[in-house]
Amino acid sequence: MARRGIPEVNAGSMADIAFLLLIFFLVTTTIETDSGLDRKLPPDEPPEEDVIIKERNLLQVLINKNNQLMVNEELTELKDLRQVAMDFIDNGAGANDKGETCDYCQGAKDSESSVHPEKAIISLQNDRQTKYSTYIAVQNELVAAYNELRNRAAQQLYKTDFTEMQRVYKDPKTTDEEKDKLRPKVERVQKMYPQLLSEAEPKKN
Amino acid sequence: MAKFTKKKSGELPAVSTASLPDIVFMLLFFFMTVTVMKDDELMVENVLPTADQVQRLDKKDNTVVYIYAGKPHPRYQDKYGTAARIQLNDKFAGVDEVAPYILAERAEMRQELQPLMTTALKVDKETNMGLISDIKQELRKVNALKVNYTTKEGDAMRNLE
Repeated sequence: MARRGIPEVNAGSMADIAFLLLIFFLVTTTIETDSGLDRKLPPDEPPEEDVIIKERNLLQVLINKNNQLMVNEELTELKDLRQVAMDFIDNGAGANDKGETCDYCQGAKDSESSVHPEKAIISLQNDRQTKYSTYIAVQNELVAAYNELRNRAAQQLYKTDFTEMQRVYKDPKTTDEEKDKLRPKVERVQKMYPQLLSEAEPKKN
Repeated sequence: MAKFTKKKSGELPAVSTASLPDIVFMLLFFFMTVTVMKDDELMVENVLPTADQVQRLDKKDNTVVYIYAGKPHPRYQDKYGTAARIQLNDKFAGVDEVAPYILAERAEMRQELQPLMTTALKVDKETNMGLISDIKQELRKVNALKVNYTTKEGDAMRNLE
């Protein structure tokens, strides 16, 4: 009997099968959004004592139910908020608790505005009817104001952006060694412009 | 001396498609590895607002707890109405269920990771702040203070449209 060779399996449809699987995964894939604004809520404890804050050290930001913005009793456009906040934080017309003046501030040193970035508090209050997107936009602008000032300080000190340092610091791929090197830098810039953002509970109506 | 025989090449040889499966498999494996299966099925409308000062959420070690909020999806609207609601895991929940949910999620985490827990708020941009304030109050009650307002990356001014 003649030896017959095993017939070759036709692999022509292999591509079709693979395409089918490929299309399945293409359709089901959702690229997840995993970035956002990090915020820290205040702890739910009554403050031990009433801290008296001078009016000049407080920037009041109110959002009403029609998504309009009022900054220190004045109607303001959202696009101007960043500059207003930066001017307020960076004013530096006086001294902090330790009596140090703000030697890195480049503000107008207005006697009506804040004395020191460590004392300048931004208070954000919104209405229960305010739209979430407006709230996020305002938060974004306020964070941007801090980030711009911090970037400027970091550029002067370390020739790099603060946001870049923070990104590397938070990156899980960064080694511990590099993190230890970055930590004092990040903390120093954060201390120069601490994020003092207080959120009041919304008005009931 | 060898004799060279000239081959006649009248027709074009067919392009070999033998490597096509390999190419497709390569693509397939790429998509298989990058695909993240959705944990929760969304029952609310979820168009996130945009922001440009974003930070990436550190998802390693599973320290992120998600809370969704927004109007119920059209297919649930005849049952649940159109008022904005909270979604925890894959069911609708009231404001008072947020705190127990957070505590339960925290209890499942390893001890040393519990302080790192972050609550990611995925909230539809049309939602009123009242609901979000209520969620925030609940989070404060159980001391879950690290929150992340999940946003898309983009110009923040687009939120006002």
